[in-house]
Amino acid sequence: MDILNALIVFLNFVFVPGLAYGAQLALGALGVTLIYGILRFSNFAHGDTMAFGTMVTILVTWWFQSMGINFGVLPTALLALPFGIAVTALFALGTDRVIYRFYRKQKAAPVILVMVSLGVMFVMNGIVRLIIGVDDQNFTDGERFVISAGDFKTATGLAEGLAIKTTQAVTVATALIVMALLFWFLQKTRTGKSMRAFSDNEDLALLSGINPDRVVAVTWIIAAGLATIAGVLYGLDKSFKPFVYFQLLLPIFAAAIVGGLGSPIGAIAGGFLIAFSEVMVTYAWKKVVTYIVPESMAPDGLLQLMSTDYKFAVSFAILIIVLIFMPTGLFKGKSV
Amino acid sequence: MKKLLLASAATALMAGAASAQDVKLGVLLGFTGPLESITPSMGAGADLAIKEINDSGKFTLGAVSAVRGDSTCIDAAAATAAAERLVTADGVTAIVGGDCSGVTGAVLQNVARPNGIGMISPSATSPALSTAEDDGLFFRTAPSDARQGEIMADILTEKGIKSVALTYTNNDYGKGLADSFGAAFAAKGGSVTISAPHEDGKADYSAEVASLASAGGEMLVVAGYVDQGGKGVIQASLDSGAFDTFYLVDGMYGDALIQAIGEPLNGSFGAVPGTDSEGAAKYQEMATAAGFDGTSAFSPESYDAAALILMAMAAANSTSSADWTTKVMDLANAPGEPILPGELGKALDLIAAGTDIDYIGATAVELVGSGESAGNYREYSITDGAITTVGFR
Repeated sequence: MDILNALIVFLNFVFVPGLAYGAQLALGALGVTLIYGILRFSNFAHGDTMAFGTMVTILVTWWFQSMGINFGVLPTALLALPFGIAVTALFALGTDRVIYRFYRKQKAAPVILVMVSLGVMFVMNGIVRLIIGVDDQNFTDGERFVISAGDFKTATGLAEGLAIKTTQAVTVATALIVMALLFWFLQKTRTGKSMRAFSDNEDLALLSGINPDRVVAVTWIIAAGLATIAGVLYGLDKSFKPFVYFQLLLPIFAAAIVGGLGSPIGAIAGGFLIAFSEVMVTYAWKKVVTYIVPESMAPDGLLQLMSTDYKFAVSFAILIIVLIFMPTGLFKGKSV
Repeated sequence: MKKLLLASAATALMAGAASAQDVKLGVLLGFTGPLESITPSMGAGADLAIKEINDSGKFTLGAVSAVRGDSTCIDAAAATAAAERLVTADGVTAIVGGDCSGVTGAVLQNVARPNGIGMISPSATSPALSTAEDDGLFFRTAPSDARQGEIMADILTEKGIKSVALTYTNNDYGKGLADSFGAAFAAKGGSVTISAPHEDGKADYSAEVASLASAGGEMLVVAGYVDQGGKGVIQASLDSGAFDTFYLVDGMYGDALIQAIGEPLNGSFGAVPGTDSEGAAKYQEMATAAGFDGTSAFSPESYDAAALILMAMAAANSTSSADWTTKVMDLANAPGEPILPGELGKALDLIAAGTDIDYIGATAVELVGSGESAGNYREYSITDGAITTVGFR
């Protein structure tokens, strides 16, 4: 019986990584859900918007590093983040002006806008690869760990270590701040309220004098900001590779849909649900259980529900179950 | 202009010397696709051997020329079509290729066997090809991954490691290597606590690392790719303190990994195909003189594949696959006069004189089993942020 060690193992391998990954997914899903709620289409270019924003941030980070500017123990990329957001927001506004506005004026069906966003995705895909290349880029600097597994063991004398990376702590903290700001903005400010009104009933909002161009522009700026933040946090925690960002689109959409498309709370809940189910359902519980039960009952097998190859199946199974029983998602979003 | 004149003069001479029929060799490699970065040096290796044979003037069956086909590495239908074209339209009598295991198996079954064309692959390593029906037409100068599995088991056992966790990239290569290593390690008394696949190019590897850590083991064997999931798993393992030493398979070899991970990688080790034989050094010189990179993966194997085919034809005094394929094993293995790269002319003399030869070539060729390279590996370890060669086995 050693509940403390069991807890540490659980925290180290399941909870901490799941929390950081969940926060990254939640931020990505927030952007998707916002576009869906207000502009009324699924933006497939979101993953590549994340890649674009991260790329700009990386370039600015390198420039800062070459000038000797750094952020102490925190990654320099956080200083470069505002520049990344600004450039990405401009890029998103430009895309809207050149491409999406044309289809919006024509009152194109949502499925056409989805196809248009697919086209935008491929173009952004190409732009990012042209500028920064297809390879892995590591741009983390500063202190690597808040506490490393080895330090934790020596400090506490426990058999198991708990590692918390700086990037994980930064991810969770930034995500919380961004989420709080977003909710304050949507609930309390005039622009936020007009965005919600526009989302609830477009015609009524137009009748009451809300400027649609302004709502659309603000939506793109916020979505670009969320995408850049999510992308940079993910890149800091793991690494930046354009192809991986493209692949991130799947779990992000799963998170947004499970939570309920158009519902910001749902996007956050969905992000954490997908992240934790990916880690927990396929986790081999052997080590945790070995610490908890008496030695004579220690398990021989891995106590793994299913092999890790099925982790994507897990998130999509959840997606299907939710869509069957609650077609609008957990938090009553719009039906797809 | 001077080159052109020389070349046309050489061609004219050659045409005069050649008998009525010329010998065409198919070079079927993935000139487009995932291996497109290494196939140019592989093709150049095959061309180098063909040029050497032609230049020697001792190949009596005709002037040899190469006809290239694109295997695409991953598209079996495209590779089959390309091979079909080589055989029926171009009339090749032997194929150097294919490159990737999947397309090589498809070409062997759909083109080589029905048409009775012999092929020697320089780079297909899947263990499944060892047991494939081949009517005696298929050989490879690359070792099977079954061999790598044994090498891995040997290295780990010699270091006194008894239990390891294993993760492999979820494809034919990773699975085949994981299985062959598992069997070899168990035979030596070691145990694999968990054999968990990982997908390449995914967002997050904490689930995989969590399971690997829970199963435990003295170290982690990573059978993946250096710029893909393999790197992600290593990074996540180090971050969470799950494992601190790693065994790196051939796909994990590269400076890129050290640059990405840095200091924590010190103490990890692995093995890649490679030999310190005299032939390897000789081949590098010849490749540099010919203007391409001889250290590029599977380039020496390609040279050996082309050289073996042509020498076998000379020994059989026939370009028919049914004849030359019977000579390959004799020429590649002892006993006999050892032949290094650059000595193909001498080899042709010896063959004509009826002397037995043992082709060493650029990769210390030794064909075992159903005609595949026994495989030489370079064991290395990572010390102070650099790859250090420990020895050859």
